[in-house]
Amino acid sequence: MEIAGLIAYAIFLLNLVGIYAIMVLGLNMQWGMTGQFNIGVAGFFAVGAYTTAILTTEPAANWLGGFELPFLLGLVGAVVVCWPIAWVVGRITAGLRTDYLAIATIGIAEIIRLFFLNEGWLSNGTRGIPGIDKPFGVGNLGYLLIVLGFVALTYTLVEIARRSPWGRVLRAIRDNEAATAASGKNVAQFRLQAFVVGACIMALGGGLYAHFVGFISPEAFRPLYGTFLVWVMLIAGGSGNNKGAVLGALVVWLIWSSTEMLAGLVPTALIGSESAFRVFLIGVLLQIILVSRPQGLLPETRPPMPGEGKR
Amino acid sequence: MVEFIQLLINGILLGSILALGAIGATMIFGVLRFAHFAHGDLMAVGAYFALAVVTIFNLPVLVALPVAMVLTAALAVGIDQVVYRRIRRVQPVILLISSFATALILRSLIQMIWGSSNQVYATGIQMPWRLGPFVLKPDHLLIFAAATGLVVLVHVFLTRSRMGKAMRAMSDNMNLALITGIPANRVIMWTWAIGGALAAAAGVFLGMDTRLHPVMGWTLLLPIFAATILGGIGRPYGAILGGLVIGCAMELSTLVIPGSYKPAVAFAIMVVTLIFRPQGIIKGAA
Repeated sequence: MEIAGLIAYAIFLLNLVGIYAIMVLGLNMQWGMTGQFNIGVAGFFAVGAYTTAILTTEPAANWLGGFELPFLLGLVGAVVVCWPIAWVVGRITAGLRTDYLAIATIGIAEIIRLFFLNEGWLSNGTRGIPGIDKPFGVGNLGYLLIVLGFVALTYTLVEIARRSPWGRVLRAIRDNEAATAASGKNVAQFRLQAFVVGACIMALGGGLYAHFVGFISPEAFRPLYGTFLVWVMLIAGGSGNNKGAVLGALVVWLIWSSTEMLAGLVPTALIGSESAFRVFLIGVLLQIILVSRPQGLLPETRPPMPGEGKR
Repeated sequence: MVEFIQLLINGILLGSILALGAIGATMIFGVLRFAHFAHGDLMAVGAYFALAVVTIFNLPVLVALPVAMVLTAALAVGIDQVVYRRIRRVQPVILLISSFATALILRSLIQMIWGSSNQVYATGIQMPWRLGPFVLKPDHLLIFAAATGLVVLVHVFLTRSRMGKAMRAMSDNMNLALITGIPANRVIMWTWAIGGALAAAAGVFLGMDTRLHPVMGWTLLLPIFAATILGGIGRPYGAILGGLVIGCAMELSTLVIPGSYKPAVAFAIMVVTLIFRPQGIIKGAA
């Protein structure tokens, strides 16, 4: 019984690790490769999750829904809806410096959350959308295989992108924008592409998330869960390194869950609120990583140039 | 018309609270070149420090205000010395993420110490003054007077004292200031102290106007950034103007759109400013 419970918990955990890993890969495209400081991850996460939820659920009186589309079409829908939104956001914030971009993206993410909170006809407001089933009648284990499949697919695609000439231009923009522009690259265009692709990957993560938890409400897309954890994962794993991004998702989610046990061990009278204590621990952890190892667990490595032999 | 003026009064009140937060945020932005994401939660901590003084020593909140300001100033300097100072040279972005973490730590500490339910400084109903059709609470006048007083103090500090001038110099042109031998580390400490003290005042006023809650500062952070950007980064006077504009715009927007979108109005003004006039109303540091 003990073992079975543990395995069930591990499967549950790995599902979330996989979903977060996809979002971290999306963020790595924007921040790790291109140097775009997007702290509006939660906004695209929410767009993906809500789109999938609306497209695949049964008809309901209180909110838009009832398209009952199959699982894969719901995910495609998430990406397709996110695309123009990310394009507009990327377009209007294209010329902004890092810290301005940060403030603008978190503002836009909050506007998106307020929109889902207030437009009850679309999203059922604070009550959220229930009854988002897992596809093909699978359980947590079956869904884990699906999630892992998507992680592998996303990883392969972003890794191909990273090694491609396109990825080289993105890194060049990150490291020296003026020199990249001087060598004739359309910096704004490449930036926008990276932003949109990254945001669509986050929306895919949002769609998978909606099916896994089965119920979504604006509460899940607060900056803490939607944005901050994703950032901690990327920074801890090593920004610029896709392997690091996946590893970061695993490590940080393990730590995040173990803080739950740790918080259970400490008497409640001492810490007041368990969830607050967990947030406190993860904040302290991030500070320690930033001060002692800002490059992350797996630092970025340069992919081989074309024609460069293996040494 | 009556509704318009009433909302304008509320807007100026909210605006003066925002302005106090924005002066600190803009000075930190100007001197240290990073958006301090923990500024809202610093406000909340200040408000709760005052609550502690009020409940433990049974003092009125205006007496607790200076105590909270000093404590929060010390806390801000402490955070800078323990965390930010070590990573200042790495990358501004690392600082930014670190301040995000600081925000979470402060907020969760508030929840752990004071709990997450709403609290107030003084219970009971305060009788509002009725001036014709308008409603004005005595607290509102008090907040406005105290905020004005603090702004005047900051003005005198920035224009008359050596440290204030050094601070403005560093915000204007970092390299030139350093060449002329301005003690950078002391200026940075003073910036944190003043930013923290003003944030505490803003938090206490917000708590007097509404109530205390662990996320009270976080919800005001983006309007404060909006005020900072609108006023021009590194410009204390711009921040005051920006705060008043954002505050009035947020309150007046309820005439045309649902009140629950109030924060979105501030973000929208901010995004529009960033696109069309990123240097702000008063030309700020680029």
